[in-house]
Amino acid sequence: MLSFIFRRLGLLIPTFFGITLLTFGLIRMIPGDPVEVMVGERTLDPQMHADAMHRLGLDKPLYAQYIDYISNLLHGNLGESLVTKSSVWVEFKTLFPATLELALAAMLFAVVFGLLAGVTAAIKRGSILDHGVMGISLTGFSMPIFWWGLILIMFFSVKLGWTPVSGRLDLAYDITPRTGFMLIDTWLAEAADPAANAGAFKDALMHLILPAIVLGTIPLAVIARMTRSSMLEVLREDYVRTARAKGLSPARVIFVHTLRNALIPVLTVIGLQVGTLMGGAVLTETIFSWPGIGKWLIDAISRRDYPVVQNGILIVATLVIVTNFIVDILYGVANPRIRHAK
Amino acid sequence: MSLLEIKNLSVEFGSQHNPFRAVEGLDLTVEQGEIVGIVGESGSGKSVTMMAMMGLLEGQGRIVADTLQFDGKDLLTISARERRKIVGKDIAMIFQDPMTSLNPSYTVGYQIMEVLKIHQGLRGAALKQRALELMEMVEIPAAASRLAAYPHQLSGGMSQRVVIAMAIACSPKLLIADEPTTALDVTIQAQIMDLLVNLQKSQNMALIMITHDLAVVAEVAHKVAVMYAGQVAEMAKVPGIFRKPAHPYTEALLKSIPEHSKGAHRLSTLAGIVPGQYDRPSGCLLSPRCPYVQDKCKAQRPGLTAIEGGVVRCHYPITAKEA
Ligand SMILES: Nc1ncnc2c1ncn2[C@@H]1O[C@H](COP(=O)(O)OP(=O)(O)O)[C@@H](O)[C@H]1O
Ligand code: SF4
Ligand SMILES: [Mg+2]
Repeated sequence: MLSFIFRRLGLLIPTFFGITLLTFGLIRMIPGDPVEVMVGERTLDPQMHADAMHRLGLDKPLYAQYIDYISNLLHGNLGESLVTKSSVWVEFKTLFPATLELALAAMLFAVVFGLLAGVTAAIKRGSILDHGVMGISLTGFSMPIFWWGLILIMFFSVKLGWTPVSGRLDLAYDITPRTGFMLIDTWLAEAADPAANAGAFKDALMHLILPAIVLGTIPLAVIARMTRSSMLEVLREDYVRTARAKGLSPARVIFVHTLRNALIPVLTVIGLQVGTLMGGAVLTETIFSWPGIGKWLIDAISRRDYPVVQNGILIVATLVIVTNFIVDILYGVANPRIRHAK
Repeated sequence: MSLLEIKNLSVEFGSQHNPFRAVEGLDLTVEQGEIVGIVGESGSGKSVTMMAMMGLLEGQGRIVADTLQFDGKDLLTISARERRKIVGKDIAMIFQDPMTSLNPSYTVGYQIMEVLKIHQGLRGAALKQRALELMEMVEIPAAASRLAAYPHQLSGGMSQRVVIAMAIACSPKLLIADEPTTALDVTIQAQIMDLLVNLQKSQNMALIMITHDLAVVAEVAHKVAVMYAGQVAEMAKVPGIFRKPAHPYTEALLKSIPEHSKGAHRLSTLAGIVPGQYDRPSGCLLSPRCPYVQDKCKAQRPGLTAIEGGVVRCHYPITAKEA
């Protein structure tokens, strides 16, 4: 197990270098530099442009800029935004809870309904229910996020008026951010001052529901399909027959003897969805004006805010890699055959 | 009254318009405390018969029978819930491959105790005590420490002992052992067979022993059912059936004992294989392979006729021919 962990850690170094090269290169391939974008339509004096670029250190040759970037990174310096001048790390820390809250809600939605759908489809294999569940999940999987988000907004927000269209909370509320998780902050605020903050928690929840559904749809479909096929495989195992021959109830056979083993591959898939979730968050946050990392990165790209783009993506990538790494270890914990392997 | 009484049992797989009868018109009775051997080549329907009786074919095979009675209870009309009170408690079954018969995610102790909890409501210290006792009954060394072991940490022989411990946990009236040694090393096979026979005596349970090992059957069984292509070809008492086999198929099995006991799937003494879904003859199912075949055999399927000590499904039983 330990040597496995070290081998995996060794692979991380080239991965990180790849990511820095990629983000460094890609953002510079987009036409326009930070100064031009900031000035916009107004005509720009070439001398002022050169001065500004010099001040930002962007007049150096590319290789020198890359070396600066890497040496800063190695010193633990993630740089400052060219636009706001505040530290990238501080901005990330402030905005990340919003994305995390959205991602967790989306994952909760995906895991609960994905498992439910997958297990149901497997038990009722070949029935209308099975075909229905799998058809819907295939549709969900191939649904473009942008389009799906707009449809939900049109229906639930515009037509039915059930949910708000954008943001995390109604502007009427003034909630002090304590944890950065709106559900928790509003709940605390309501508990502290019920009169001023009445209904804040429910409002935060209503803001969260649609984006969470949109973001969770693809992971839900993936989890449902994986659960179904994994369940069907395990249901054919001899030990499931043994369980039935013991006279156990169908519920025990399914949940104790089948699902437990079927979950092992599903767990891996759930872990891999973290990447999908981060990618999806960028789009979802844009559609719903959700003030999180996704929106932050999109804004940074459109402003050619090089440090934010480079290091923001690097932090997100690190998070994805670390989660996958944890999932690999959990996989070992869930599976005694691996846990005991030398 | 017999402990188990099966009359005219048929099990069908596949669609309604293209069915495959894995078991067809099978009769079998087992008395209290009796050892019944079931022999026959692979694919002759031995396992399917037992699974049908246990209710393990749910949603797969269609089962019809005139009688399917265990211990005075009608297994045909019983509800699934009522059946689960019998299965695993009064009827227990051991399967062929011990390495895949145990759930890899749970300890041996958990899997044994599960049966005791469900059927006998044991809890706490009594539960643990009984599990330990069972592990000792199936002669697992260092039983106490083995309770916490996972299946992958056990050898095939040890796993089969655990499976047996699970099966006899509630002192069943009938134990079905479906080729319990086929997947094991030759050296272990005899030990497991001995264990089963000893347990049968000490627990006074009936034992259905499905096996390729005719030598074991000859030694321990009271009665033998020879199955062929989903039917009982001959069922008769031991040792009569070994001295004077009435069915040509029984005779062929006996002649092939040396290689058959090694688990060979084909009989050297009889050309061909067991007919499957699409090549079953309309007459006697053995007619394409039978050395004594006559015209009548090809035209008409034989029914069961009584012989001394049993029944036979053949137009020209061997003993009658010799007489
Ligand atoms: N679940 C099933 N679906 C379809 N056919 C089956 C199923 N189980 C067994 N069979 C078929 O029934 C026949 C008898 O099988 P089985 O009882 O396992 O034979 P054996 O005598 O070797 O135990 C075989 O031809 C087998 O292919
Ligand atoms: S009925 Fe005829 S073919 Fe069938 S077993 Fe008897 S002798 Fe052979
Ligand atoms: Mg079999």
